[in-house]
Amino acid sequence: MPVPADRRYTKTHEWHLPADGLVTIGITQFAADELTDITYVELPKIGQTIQAGAPFGEIESVKATGDLNSGVSGTVKEINENLAGAPELVNSDPFGAAWMIKVAIDNPAELDALLSAEDYERMIAG
Amino acid sequence: MTSNPDRIPRPDAPPPLLFEQSHPGACAVSLPAADVPTVKPASVIPADLLAAVPPPLPEIGELDLVRHFTRLAHRLFSVDANFYPLGSCTMKYNPKINERAAAMPGFTNLHPLQADEDVQGMLGLLHTLQTALAEIAGLADVTLQPAAGAHGEMTGLMLINAWHRSRGETRTKVLAPDTAHGTNPASCTVCGRHAIPIKSLPNGRVDLDDLRKRVDEQTAAMMITNPNTAGLFDSHIADIAEIVHGAGALLYLDGANMNAILGVARPGDFGVDVMHYNVHKTFSTPHGCGGPGAGPVAVRAGLERFLPTPHIVRRDDGTYALDHDRPDSIGKVRSFYGQTGVLIRAYAYIAALGPEGLRDVSEKAVLAANYVAARLKGHFAFPFEGPYAHEFLIVPQLTQHGVTELDVAKRLIDFGIHPPTMSWPVAHCLMIEPTETESLATLDAFANTLIHIANEAATQPDRLHSAPQHAPVTRLDEVGAARKPELRWRAAEPQDKSAGQQEPPPRIHKA
Repeated sequence: MPVPADRRYTKTHEWHLPADGLVTIGITQFAADELTDITYVELPKIGQTIQAGAPFGEIESVKATGDLNSGVSGTVKEINENLAGAPELVNSDPFGAAWMIKVAIDNPAELDALLSAEDYERMIAG
Repeated sequence: MTSNPDRIPRPDAPPPLLFEQSHPGACAVSLPAADVPTVKPASVIPADLLAAVPPPLPEIGELDLVRHFTRLAHRLFSVDANFYPLGSCTMKYNPKINERAAAMPGFTNLHPLQADEDVQGMLGLLHTLQTALAEIAGLADVTLQPAAGAHGEMTGLMLINAWHRSRGETRTKVLAPDTAHGTNPASCTVCGRHAIPIKSLPNGRVDLDDLRKRVDEQTAAMMITNPNTAGLFDSHIADIAEIVHGAGALLYLDGANMNAILGVARPGDFGVDVMHYNVHKTFSTPHGCGGPGAGPVAVRAGLERFLPTPHIVRRDDGTYALDHDRPDSIGKVRSFYGQTGVLIRAYAYIAALGPEGLRDVSEKAVLAANYVAARLKGHFAFPFEGPYAHEFLIVPQLTQHGVTELDVAKRLIDFGIHPPTMSWPVAHCLMIEPTETESLATLDAFANTLIHIANEAATQPDRLHSAPQHAPVTRLDEVGAARKPELRWRAAEPQDKSAGQQEPPPRIHKA
């Protein structure tokens, strides 16, 4: 299962990709596969502040409902509006088209504290 | 839906909707002539609120109406007609004597506002039930008011908050294992507390190191289910209680799994301070899809003064009364005496069985679960080692055939068995709880069915992927139903003659 090396991960299966001064957050292929068919994604509003280690949204599949957790603290600058009408994007392209939010982060050091792709891959293998 | 090659409606096909059976002019009731003046709607309702066209309500005769609902009633899947492995977690068998007790006119004709001296029988019964539940819990006193398990959790947490407040403290956190029922963190949130998950060890029990790390002076309580949701008794429960009490917090027991330990282990003896029962589950009263339930809460000595008002008490002269004079009480959590219909049945169940009988319930429930688990060894994977309490988890190890737990669950329907709880508390599992009332023959038939399905998965996986094949409604498009739900019935388009030989348009089956 691919785990892109260009981003950092949480133990709760969210990826964090820094680019252009913002951090983009989504969930991993592993999480999407475990959840099976995604039916609903609830995202925060633009301007909302989020905390590292706390939920910023919810995700529902035919099988389960779960929190979307952030690995970083900051302010939500963009949300992926497409997921409201097409939650299946999370199953088909979790690392790309199904990005969830873009955040202006308060403390870049929080990003460094997250798992590397290698560590995350080891975690899901174990 | 799969088409029927013979175009003959299957006898078990879904009955048509009332709308589809409508015949203009048919009517199931004959109303008497109005004996008050009639008015035209337009003369009393503003024009913009009046519908231009009347709604297309079904018109149907009495016999057709009776047949429609009788046919639907025959489709009910119930524990009185079929085995299911959902166990007491959903609803175990309810002895019919309970119904007879609850239907006695002395109970059914009571008014909740009658004076205490007029309802001594009812108050006496409820007080005896309180005493019995306190004894089974090994705790000091009980309130019968909460109307459901989750309501009991909320009441219990309010009692715990009141206890901390009485000591001049406000504590913000409640710990719960990561295997906890979802209602536990929800109840914490309702009571204004933060739920903190505690990790489980690979053996399914609470990780004591993680508990020690997370418990602190802000911890109000730990909520634990024991045996837990994976059917495992946490033998370190005394250590857990010591750690929690050491931080000045209280130990709360979610009593959902009391069916495994009645008369065998008392929560009060293993360190629990507050607990709720799901009496509609453990003490066998009929319920479903939201009720009626009852979630009595038991407390350790020292917490009684916070119990809800009115509290049912026995006066020194032997009479019973509703005591409203409890200044430290958290107040009322339910109108009148609680869900008395459920409580009468619970009383009848406890009185009929007695202490030895209740212990026998738990011993047989545990034996039945461990027997079925032993029969399934080698055919399924077990996420946790036994021995188990009243339930256990299996995982279909069939991924090489593309078979999932959902396929196994759906295939069980073809054999007349309701699917068990699925994918919880661990991913890909099936949770099996046979309960104490199933005969050895039924337990064997169930185990044989699961083994048959496991073999089928290896040889004919398509049978599982397409299951159920022998049910009125076959495999549903659950993804489509969740993503694009159609919640309103629409009349089928009139068919043209040339289409007469095609299959009828699919009917919509939606929750």
